[in-house]
Amino acid sequence: MKLTHTLGLSVLALFLSFSSQATELSVSVEIPALDVAEYHRPYLAVWVEDSSNKTVSNLAVWYDTKLRNNEGEDWLKDMRQWWRKSGRSLTMPIDGVTGATHGPGKYDLNFTLGQAPLAKLPEGDYTLRVEAAREVGGRELLNIPFSLPAKESITAKAQGSNELGEVVLSIKP
Amino acid sequence: MKTVTLLKTSLLSALVLGSLSANAHRAWIAPDVTVLSGSTPAVTFDMAVSNSIFNFDHVPMRANGLTIIGPDNNTVTAENLHTGKFRTVFDLTMEKEGTYRVFIANQGLFARWEDAEGKGHYYPKRGETYDQKEFNKIVPKKAKGLEISQTSRRLETFVTSGEPTDNALEITKKGLELKPITHPNDLYAGETAKFQFFIDGKPAKGVEVSIVREGTRYRNNPEEINLVSDKKGEISVNWNGAGRYFLEASYKDNVAKKPATVRTGGYSLVLEVLAD
Repeated sequence: MKLTHTLGLSVLALFLSFSSQATELSVSVEIPALDVAEYHRPYLAVWVEDSSNKTVSNLAVWYDTKLRNNEGEDWLKDMRQWWRKSGRSLTMPIDGVTGATHGPGKYDLNFTLGQAPLAKLPEGDYTLRVEAAREVGGRELLNIPFSLPAKESITAKAQGSNELGEVVLSIKP
Repeated sequence: MKTVTLLKTSLLSALVLGSLSANAHRAWIAPDVTVLSGSTPAVTFDMAVSNSIFNFDHVPMRANGLTIIGPDNNTVTAENLHTGKFRTVFDLTMEKEGTYRVFIANQGLFARWEDAEGKGHYYPKRGETYDQKEFNKIVPKKAKGLEISQTSRRLETFVTSGEPTDNALEITKKGLELKPITHPNDLYAGETAKFQFFIDGKPAKGVEVSIVREGTRYRNNPEEINLVSDKKGEISVNWNGAGRYFLEASYKDNVAKKPATVRTGGYSLVLEVLAD
């Protein structure tokens, strides 16, 4: 009895030591070049939801931070899923999360589990959500499901059709 | 005979409720947008009486009695109020975060009767608002065919800056009212929304509800959603896609305070349903 208990504890300790090793999560987001009459860089939100669709980490929120009187915040609601899920209950800007918008290109965002802005997520199923909304343009939302802890390196992709190009999620345990 | 009386009453109450030239028209207060972000966002509204949703094809809705209640339950003033030929417009600056209720509501009595010569009369007349003193002065205590209804009418809409709040959603327990179970500024095309109707503060069963998505001018079928509230006064709405919606409800029973023998309620609400 005592033996089992000790064994159980050491397995737990082993598990903890594994999970305390920094799991890295990187997100590559492609913003496509668009041939439109009036182009504005898109607003972008990258976040993680748990299996009950609750936001557990906001990873990036790009919006127009340079306008006078924080007018750029007026358009945050256009990322309507993100706005509903967490944006509307947050105060902008968020340190380490919010930033300026970017033009067409591929952007690599790197995060470490347990280091802000990525929370120390317990074992479970999650969804990475990437939402883009463009002034005088459209809106697109991509979802990539994943599970933690990752036993091996994982790469998962989603392909946008309008406002987003390819989004790649890579997890290194 | 009873049917005839009911029909007459409903026709007349429609006239009273709407103060309109015909009961087919719809009266509404429509916000341009209902979900807002930013530090002190502003939203603009149109008020009109129209056939098509939301076009301005008949007359403006007058701003008499227009009230805005903020998230802290304080009254907020409408800005830049202007009434044109077809619509009334105004703006609202949202200093406080949360949900605002914008409405026009009134209650009163409506009477119809015949004089000695058999000529029909009614009070209040079209375009008049109910006033108790006037009522006592004008309506005879006894007359042929005298019928008095207890009437209520409410036109409203909701807008939210930041996170939706519930303060402004409380009912007043006067007339026909809607209490959102699903927050009115948290509606999505793929989700079922639930609302509960009350008459004088009690759940209203049998409220007839008609819901129409905007843009009726540009389609042949109005695609009306018709519902009747259940015994708890509730309705469940499955939307016809994203857009702004006009919801209209009417209620009628015989549970009236004397001297009234009939109780009626009219209600209209503009909602915005977002794409998923």
